[in-house]
Amino acid sequence: MRRVVVTGVGAVTPLASGAQNTWQKLLNSQSGIKSIDTFDVSDIPAKIAGLVPRGVGEGLFNAEDHVSVKDMKKMDDFIVFGVAAADQALADSGWKPETEEDQEATGVLIGSGIGGLPKIAEATELVNGGKTRRVSPFFIPSCLINLVSGQVSIKHGLKGPNHAVVTACSTGAHAVGDASRMIMLGDADVMVAGGAEAAVCRLGMAGFAAARALSTGYNDTPTEASRPWDEGRDGFVMGEGAGCVVLEEYEHAKARGAKIYAEVVGYGMSGDAYHITAPAEDGNGGFRSMRNALRNAGLNPEDVDYVNAHGTSTPLGDEIELGAVKRLFGDHASNMSMSSTKSATGHLLGAAGAIEAVFSILAIHEGVVPPTLNLRNPSEACKGIDLVPLEAKQRKVNVALSNSFGFGGTNASLVFKAI
Amino acid sequence: MSDVADRVKKIVVEHLGVEEDKVTENASFIDDLGADSLDTVELVMAFEEEFGCEIPDDAAEKILTVKDAIDFIEKANG
Repeated sequence: MRRVVVTGVGAVTPLASGAQNTWQKLLNSQSGIKSIDTFDVSDIPAKIAGLVPRGVGEGLFNAEDHVSVKDMKKMDDFIVFGVAAADQALADSGWKPETEEDQEATGVLIGSGIGGLPKIAEATELVNGGKTRRVSPFFIPSCLINLVSGQVSIKHGLKGPNHAVVTACSTGAHAVGDASRMIMLGDADVMVAGGAEAAVCRLGMAGFAAARALSTGYNDTPTEASRPWDEGRDGFVMGEGAGCVVLEEYEHAKARGAKIYAEVVGYGMSGDAYHITAPAEDGNGGFRSMRNALRNAGLNPEDVDYVNAHGTSTPLGDEIELGAVKRLFGDHASNMSMSSTKSATGHLLGAAGAIEAVFSILAIHEGVVPPTLNLRNPSEACKGIDLVPLEAKQRKVNVALSNSFGFGGTNASLVFKAI
Repeated sequence: MSDVADRVKKIVVEHLGVEEDKVTENASFIDDLGADSLDTVELVMAFEEEFGCEIPDDAAEKILTVKDAIDFIEKANG
């Protein structure tokens, strides 16, 4: 099987625009979670979210840097974020296919958990208000999940596989995993892969709040709300943004002298077959996903140095994942580090797995593991495992595993290794 | 130039993101101003909104140039 490496990273997150900008803020224990001031939340119990910082300047997200004003109305925010993260990853990789052959060998696989919810809400209001003729001809293509991949391919002339993944909060991880297999199997030499999400709108907040999934106890202290494994956790915090990686066949990357961050060595998947929103209580789905990823990588649990957990800060999910990790890693759990970067970014749903893949890759590349913010009172179950509380930690990471679990009981784990 | 013509040209500049001097009366939305079929649908909607008139689909199909739009609106509102 052909080997696949990561040669570019891009991220638009509540911490910053840019993978390095985000990473530096993450390592400095900064939080991207704030009060929602862009729409009315007076009738919604959760009033905070991880919002992408917008503006002009280093680390701020300026949509016009990536999409013309004319094209902006053809894209809901999740597409704009996805296009931006893909631009960044491609620029970082230095891969700019110009010949027909190179373009055909380069594909895109960027997913989203939900797609254009804000535009769907807007258009629904028009239709219900009798203004059907006012519905924009761009409404449907501005909402469709695969239009991130479509827009990225059009912008950069990428004529290889054009695909999209929709697996709720596992989307980003599945996208990276599936895209790596397309390269392994020879469908493409290079893939731009990732996830994008922008569902922080009244409809999205109301829906997740109705499912009792969101934190509601920290509306006055937003940066403290996402606290995976902490006794005081009370639900996840919505986030928005996108993450992308450029995946490349190893010899292809070497031949052009590309910077190589890490190798994608393992990808595992599983289904809970249990409940639409709750994880199976014994953590069996997450356990099998991690086990399958390690088996696929040909590695043992003892080889893993760092786990980027799904860790959303929900009362149920965090402990179940921890249990599955302890069961799989046994005694080795006390030798490795595991953290939840959602403590700083919030939960980016379909983009989460992609930005967390970026964090796992950077942990390997830079020899530092990012922190779990707000983990001041770890629950009893946290004993015997380093959850990197509050501050980043220098440590050599040869192998990193990243978990993503989604509604519907869909699980994905990625394993990256230093090259 | 008429008031209608000014307003039509302003909408075309905004929606198609083109330079003002390119929006001549004889300019074709698709051939000269880079619009696609969806852009033209949206342009017609913007004209309807701006001038408070209704442009039926069969009439919209015949609005291919800046002048076509100005003529239709002046007739409709005249």
